[in-house]
Amino acid sequence: MEEVLFFLSAIGALGGAFGVIAMRNPFYSVLALIVHLFSLAALFLLLTSAFVAAAQVVVYAGAVMVLYVFVVGGGESAWEPIPGQRFLAPLLGIALFVELSVAVLSSSLLALGEDGADVKAGFGNPAAIGRLLLEKFLVPFEASSILLLLAAVGAIVLASNRRHGERDTPDEPSPNRKEGVSLSP
Amino acid sequence: MNTNWFVVLSALLFSTGALGILLRRSPMVILLCLELMLNAGNLALVAFSRMVGNGQGQVFAVIVMVIAACEVVVGLGLIVAIFRRRLPLDVDDLRELRG
Repeated sequence: MEEVLFFLSAIGALGGAFGVIAMRNPFYSVLALIVHLFSLAALFLLLTSAFVAAAQVVVYAGAVMVLYVFVVGGGESAWEPIPGQRFLAPLLGIALFVELSVAVLSSSLLALGEDGADVKAGFGNPAAIGRLLLEKFLVPFEASSILLLLAAVGAIVLASNRRHGERDTPDEPSPNRKEGVSLSP
Repeated sequence: MNTNWFVVLSALLFSTGALGILLRRSPMVILLCLELMLNAGNLALVAFSRMVGNGQGQVFAVIVMVIAACEVVVGLGLIVAIFRRRLPLDVDDLRELRG
């Protein structure tokens, strides 16, 4: 039963990941990523970490993906690899996987070949995670909250319509607006 | 369930994300592939946490999720800014950091 669940979720996660990189339309990429995230949440449940699975579904598949969908709404995709990239990129990807597999399966991590420690009933539930977050990892917890605040303020500054105190309408481009692009020869 | 399987799956997912970053040129899809790589790292963290038998790896995974959310927010803000200034959404053209 456990194995069946694992392989189903693994197929979902891998299929979603390949969907992300294969789809031409970014909107479909986002949908494929949602499939991937739900499969990953199932894998987290298999690993008896309920809180991480719930956070995955609520934070990622809920909030972050809505953000993506809003931004994708008006965008278009670019699918023209530079010459040779199409052959070089899969080669490098496979090389990275081989390297990671060698690292995982070789001598240093042979202790992996076991089912893991026996865990108590409350392992990974919100109470246990909250206790760890507020007792042992209080400083990282607060630091991450400050980081979230900074990121939100930064995103508002980046995406705001105003520039140098004046209203910046997209219909009348200022002369220096195109300076950021370097058109390749 | 053997921890090996989870770690190998995590390696596969990480390689897939890296492949996407190497292959695609739209900054949007590159952000999505960064998400894939961070999630692969999360899977390995949670698997090791289960193997060792304490919850600290899961706390680490939650913090990684926070970092990923920050990265998404800033990245999407940049993409909106690029889009609003009518610049091409292509990482090969957007290679200079001039305002």
